[in-house]
Amino acid sequence: MSTTNESAPRLHVVVADKRVASHAPASRSTRPPLGQGLRTPLSHRVGEFVIHAMALAAVLAIALIFLFIAKEALPILFDTAAQDEIGGLSALVVPRQWPGYDVAQYVWQPVGEIPKLNVVPLFVGTLKVTLLSMLFAVPLAVGAAVYVSQYASKRSRELLKPAIELLASIPSVVLGFFALMILATFVQGLLGTTYRLNVIVASLGLTLAIAPLVFTISEDALSSVPKDLVHAALALGARKHQVVLRVVLPAALPGIAAAVILGLGRAIGETLVVLMASGNAAVVELFDPTTSARTVTATIAAELGEVTQGDPHWRVLFLLGTLLFVVTFVLNRAGALVIDRLHKRLSGGAA
Amino acid sequence: MRYARADWVLAGLSALCVALLLGTTLLLLGLIVRHGAGQISVEFLTSEPASDLTGGGIFPAIVGTIVLTLLMTITGVPVGIATGIYLAEYAPRGSRIAAVVRAAVQNLAGVPSIVFGLFGLGFFVMFVGRGIDDLVYGPGEPVWGRPAVLWSSLTLAVLTLPVVIVATEEALRTVPHDLRMGAMGLGATKFQTIFRVVLPQASSGILTGVILAISRGAGEVAPIIFTGAANYLPYLPTDLRDMHMHLGYHVFALSTQSPNVDAARPALFGTVLVLLTLTFTLNLAAVLLRNRARAHAMAHA
Repeated sequence: MSTTNESAPRLHVVVADKRVASHAPASRSTRPPLGQGLRTPLSHRVGEFVIHAMALAAVLAIALIFLFIAKEALPILFDTAAQDEIGGLSALVVPRQWPGYDVAQYVWQPVGEIPKLNVVPLFVGTLKVTLLSMLFAVPLAVGAAVYVSQYASKRSRELLKPAIELLASIPSVVLGFFALMILATFVQGLLGTTYRLNVIVASLGLTLAIAPLVFTISEDALSSVPKDLVHAALALGARKHQVVLRVVLPAALPGIAAAVILGLGRAIGETLVVLMASGNAAVVELFDPTTSARTVTATIAAELGEVTQGDPHWRVLFLLGTLLFVVTFVLNRAGALVIDRLHKRLSGGAA
Repeated sequence: MRYARADWVLAGLSALCVALLLGTTLLLLGLIVRHGAGQISVEFLTSEPASDLTGGGIFPAIVGTIVLTLLMTITGVPVGIATGIYLAEYAPRGSRIAAVVRAAVQNLAGVPSIVFGLFGLGFFVMFVGRGIDDLVYGPGEPVWGRPAVLWSSLTLAVLTLPVVIVATEEALRTVPHDLRMGAMGLGATKFQTIFRVVLPQASSGILTGVILAISRGAGEVAPIIFTGAANYLPYLPTDLRDMHMHLGYHVFALSTQSPNVDAARPALFGTVLVLLTLTFTLNLAAVLLRNRARAHAMAHA
């Protein structure tokens, strides 16, 4: 019978920090504080300055990424000449009756006499592929996390966890290749779909990309639920499944929510799998998963290489990139906040 | 009885999830090994690819991947380790700046790889590269302001930064405080303590992060599509301004842009096998190293 692992490493850190605080001399003595001798050589101070400066690289990187993608995108919002070229800014989202069409339609067809740059089909594609893959990946990953954290023996846990995480180390181009070459044939044989590459195939490939992430975060959350809770429930006569479903899962729910949020962010941003396996036809069809789909990420990857710099098409692709950045940024912050709160709740309860 | 059955159902269902995940992984690996193993030969590994994307060897792709990850490591890892040192050793407790840096690292890890591609093109190629061209060469053919191995490896260096930072901070935090106190008590400066005492103790943990970063960088394709990767190049990258082939990009190009995918199929499986062998070897090394680092930390705790 096994339940949870040792206390989370986070607790260890807190303890260590407290120890420093108690060692630090509070009184004002003539002795310099530890580690800051009277003669700190210049070279050491230069080294420390370099470390502090380099530490800002990540902040700088985030800022530069946003700035330089938005910089290429923004002119489309203000440059009326460019807007006229694509039939007005509203043509990006509102259906238009283009010459040769019987009714107003959402069309993404960037190459042609009039570039038709309606992004709705791309959003539909991303939405369909993302939601379907979440539908596959979340139950699978959370179920696996429940087994590994609640049922597996300590030894098999130490084998299973890295084995599932090995899946996370497979490059997405390989997962795309697997979906394209093998899953597509399998799905077509099984369901007899008209199109070999479709939303189902892409979603299955994407599932392999996000399930390990959702698994890892969920497993961490599940196994950081204090053992006291589990023992108390068992002592009251609860069966194992009651403990898991009514005590452990609810306690870890914020962590699982965070796993879903972060998994969603990853699924929306994943490029190679959908580029290779979704068929890439920009269709507006909300509910049929056997049609092809063109996602936002795949569109950028497939088209940017062939666009003239500064074209409206170029600007719209960067606009899509900016949007992608903002959406994943918000999802990641939300996921991180939820995890932080979970840790505070669990460690607050234990201390 | 009813309860006992429910126990089995939950255990069985969750075990099934594990089996499905692992089973698919094994299926993927098994099929790739089965179809790819026959393709691996000295000739395949050391000859040039066919110019029409139908197969041939993968030597330039192997060399391109190695050059790319080397440059990425040289440029990115020092910055990542420095940031980790700052977060673990220098940032005061409750520091605002450290909180911002941590949030930035977290977010950087979640930026989609295709967005890194846009960034690499917009910033490195068009801003930095063109900037150098304007300054040094004046108007004319771009020299630095076009896709090149330097730009794709810098893009990947930014992408893998969080992996190195998180691993470094974590590794430094497992080094016992007594060691720092002891070193500083003997008169070492904080800088000396960190570089002579703490860093060597944390080295295997940091190395784990570096290896994971390399493995991640070697497999990413989306960030290098616009910043340096080429469909087909008969020569190897010998200059920072050269474009390069890449194992992952080669897989993408052969399977989506080949005029004859059936002809390219054996070479495709072979390339995937080589790429997977590379990333798995790196990951396995990282896992082993991490276990060693943990055992080491436990022994000293």
